[in-house]
Amino acid sequence: MRAFLAVIAVYLTVALALPLATMVSKSFEVRTFPYDSIHIARLAEDGSEEVRTLGDWAADAGFAEAVAQAGRSSAIPAVRLFPGWDSPDSTVVAYRVLNRSGEAGTAEFDRKQLPLDEWVEIPRDQIRSVVFRAGTARSVANYVRYVTTPALFNSVGNSLLVAILTTAFTVTLAFGFAYALTRTQMPFKGAFKTIGLVPILVPSLLPGIGLVYLFGNQGLLRDMLMGQSIYGPIGIVMASVFFTFPHALIIITVALSISDARLYEAATVLRAPAHRVFWTVTLPGARYGLISAAFVVFTLTITDFGVPKVIGGQYNVLAVDIYKQVVGQQNFEMGAVVSIVLLIPAVLAFVVDRFATRRQVALLSSRAVPYMPKPNARLDWTMFGYCAVVSALILGILATCQFAALVTFWPYNLELTLRHYNFDLADGGGWKSYRNSLTLALWTAFVGTGVIFLCAYVVERVRAFDSGRAAVQFLAMMPMAIPGMVLGLSYIFFFNSPANPLNVIYGTMAILVISTITHFYTVAHLTAVTALKQMDPEFESVSASLKQPVTRVFARVTIPVCTPAILDIWIYLFVNAMTTVSAVVFLYSPLTTLASVAVLNMDDAGQLPAAAAMGMMIFYTNLVMRVVHLGVGRLVQRRTQAWRIGS
Amino acid sequence: MTTTRKPFRLLAGAALLLGLSEAAHAATELTVYTAIEADQLAAYAEKFNAAHPDIRINWVRDSTGIITAKLLAEKDNPQADVIWGLAATSLMLMKAEGMLEPYAPKGLDKLNPRFRDPANPPEWVGMDVWAAAICFNTVEAGKKGLPLPKSWADLTDPVYRGAIVMPNPNSSGTGFLDVSSWLQLFGEEGGWEYMDKLHENIGVYTHSGSAPCRMAGAGEYPIGISFEYRAARTKADGAPIEIVIPEEGVGWDMEAAAIVRGTPNLEAAQTLIDWAISEDAMRMYNEGYAIVAVDGIAKPLEGLPANFTEMLIDNDFEFAAMNRARILEEWQKRYDGKSQPK
Repeated sequence: MRAFLAVIAVYLTVALALPLATMVSKSFEVRTFPYDSIHIARLAEDGSEEVRTLGDWAADAGFAEAVAQAGRSSAIPAVRLFPGWDSPDSTVVAYRVLNRSGEAGTAEFDRKQLPLDEWVEIPRDQIRSVVFRAGTARSVANYVRYVTTPALFNSVGNSLLVAILTTAFTVTLAFGFAYALTRTQMPFKGAFKTIGLVPILVPSLLPGIGLVYLFGNQGLLRDMLMGQSIYGPIGIVMASVFFTFPHALIIITVALSISDARLYEAATVLRAPAHRVFWTVTLPGARYGLISAAFVVFTLTITDFGVPKVIGGQYNVLAVDIYKQVVGQQNFEMGAVVSIVLLIPAVLAFVVDRFATRRQVALLSSRAVPYMPKPNARLDWTMFGYCAVVSALILGILATCQFAALVTFWPYNLELTLRHYNFDLADGGGWKSYRNSLTLALWTAFVGTGVIFLCAYVVERVRAFDSGRAAVQFLAMMPMAIPGMVLGLSYIFFFNSPANPLNVIYGTMAILVISTITHFYTVAHLTAVTALKQMDPEFESVSASLKQPVTRVFARVTIPVCTPAILDIWIYLFVNAMTTVSAVVFLYSPLTTLASVAVLNMDDAGQLPAAAAMGMMIFYTNLVMRVVHLGVGRLVQRRTQAWRIGS
Repeated sequence: MTTTRKPFRLLAGAALLLGLSEAAHAATELTVYTAIEADQLAAYAEKFNAAHPDIRINWVRDSTGIITAKLLAEKDNPQADVIWGLAATSLMLMKAEGMLEPYAPKGLDKLNPRFRDPANPPEWVGMDVWAAAICFNTVEAGKKGLPLPKSWADLTDPVYRGAIVMPNPNSSGTGFLDVSSWLQLFGEEGGWEYMDKLHENIGVYTHSGSAPCRMAGAGEYPIGISFEYRAARTKADGAPIEIVIPEEGVGWDMEAAAIVRGTPNLEAAQTLIDWAISEDAMRMYNEGYAIVAVDGIAKPLEGLPANFTEMLIDNDFEFAAMNRARILEEWQKRYDGKSQPK
């Protein structure tokens, strides 16, 4: 068991803690020229000599300060430092160069580093072969630059604004929906519940594409925006509400369904009017669920990259900044700085949420009586109407995407065609990307379920090594607060380093599987822990007293008891692996392109119909897997869960 | 137990055989970095493989700016074997960084001298010319009463406010050739003044050079600043667009090919470069581009004006390549992220 705990701890350290640490250190790295430690002398015909530092020459030649110049290019050719460099200066006989710098940049002659602390004479016509190379130094310059660059720093405000608005809308909408599901007798509850969860099955890029078709300049409903553009905060908030809705719905539904009926009876006896019951009983009862939902939605929105990428227009937010810095400009250090800025709100939200959830546990006592809603025609039909509208919006966005994917040439030729499904003619890697995504999802689901369940088992059921278990538990909770972009970027830093023996997995399917499992670790872990908590702790002690190996109880009792949870973890990992973009967008290679990333690249190249088509392929795949999961779940329920009946 | 396993073993054996036979077909794999349009890639690989079935190409495709940035970032640990289809200005940068392997491909003498690195042996060879073009959606322009622009200067008319899309030069090679051509046409100061005014009319800056024309084709924005291949293709797809070649002349760049220094697959890389300037390849380039690097092969393209060749500006590649970083930084400072939604 000790060995097993060690393995899990090593996994979480390598897949999470070390990459993040590498990234933090990278954010303090700057590229810089050794302006002060290289001296260059120019010998004139008359024997006179002009000696100055590289910095002096560079300043005269119009090269910016050492760090800024290194940001533009990693090398300065020596010739360009001297006036009239394109027509050689005949009064100069030779140059001499003194190199006093090793680490933070060097001087090279004919591709070889000049020796340290030694004047080297270079004939005039060979000065063209001298090049000064930038090196690496540690400083807070990146952070200073971040704060002083308005184009970057504005994103902080933009991100917060968008996340706050989305949180307000989503939580309100989801509360109404959850209320209808738990506190009324409206018809078609099952259907509404299913539809409310549908957005989980699509990549977050898809609602953005749907909104472009609905509200873009050629959109079907563009007049509803009254002249406002969908490309910007309006679009980001609308699409974010769509994709965060199910997450809020699940949490609030749970919070509302555990209320105590005795409070309502008391209210009725006291003749409290309905609205008063709502404000004094219903809302306070769901308080912690609402707080939790708000923080989850806030975190999801601020860390999401798909929505603002597709529909944000010129409205910059943090997650897109990371992408622009890393993919667009290959400025990894600045990407790391933005990542750390993005971590702050995410970690804060996470901490506050944990705090809120912990307090919620005490709310229900064992004597509580579950609340059963009574029929109330007016309320039931009002809520039915409300849910119907929300469901129509959700399905409408998907239907629009599907329609757009089948139209020959939007909006001028609405004949139906399958030509946009010929992904091999579009950016993003063609049908191979789709197959790769299936491979990734299956590996992630199988390997991830195994790893996560075993880890949860060790943390929950083993009664020893308390400090080790606590450490693993802490690591297991961490991924919740780490945005996908940040995780992906930290993987580049950690795994792409040639010094790292794990470097071999870089560019393979393995790194995609590991990053995806790690990215979605926490929720799966919590699911497993919850299931394991239902089991009486005596099982292990009894088996120990019967001298049975731990593995036997595990296989004969633990796994069968937890099968429903294991299946839930499996499908959770599968669905998320199909839709994920943010963590893998930095890590895929030419052989491992993914469907979700293809949606992004197609959208980038303006191939919107193909992007919609690929997004819908992901949706249908997830839908089919969900249905299969449901079928298998029923079967398992009948065969292994008989013990639950009557308990 | 053994009996039930047998079919699996057979299957495994078959898979192994299949794998081996596939391996026999593809003796060498080349990682090729490219900015060639995605809808052409498969055809390029297919044509090449028809002549050389033993070399398999793994494409890494993105916009010119991104491929350039990626190559520069990987300089110390190159991942690419060959660059096939990237702006010549970008390859000049790579050359200055010492990242390219000099090689004189077969048939080099047939190449128009304008379309190759002057060094001997050359470090890069040209393929074709790609040039700026404007896609103008006649249907949407009709609805909004927008006149047909004839020149770059026309595009700064306030009547086009918010109606124009152009590619961001930081990620798109098309965007960069636009910017560098304006700086050459109107002078450094005049060029920035022009872009300041144009910026007022821009609806959105896109990541790829294709997107503006595709968006104009779909009527999302009536005017897209893009390039001639995408313009002709979008029109052929059925978009109601007119292709405008501004009368001041248009910026252009070469698509070019080169071998990355230090590739472990040098022989295969050389085979690919030989083929990249072959007559077969030139005919293939001509399907999308009006001007190719070997004279006497190109046929005029449908949808482009007959005098298209004369519309190309007298381009100073040295200026564009050497000032690339400075121009991009200035552009970003002026226009990127500053523009809040209107």
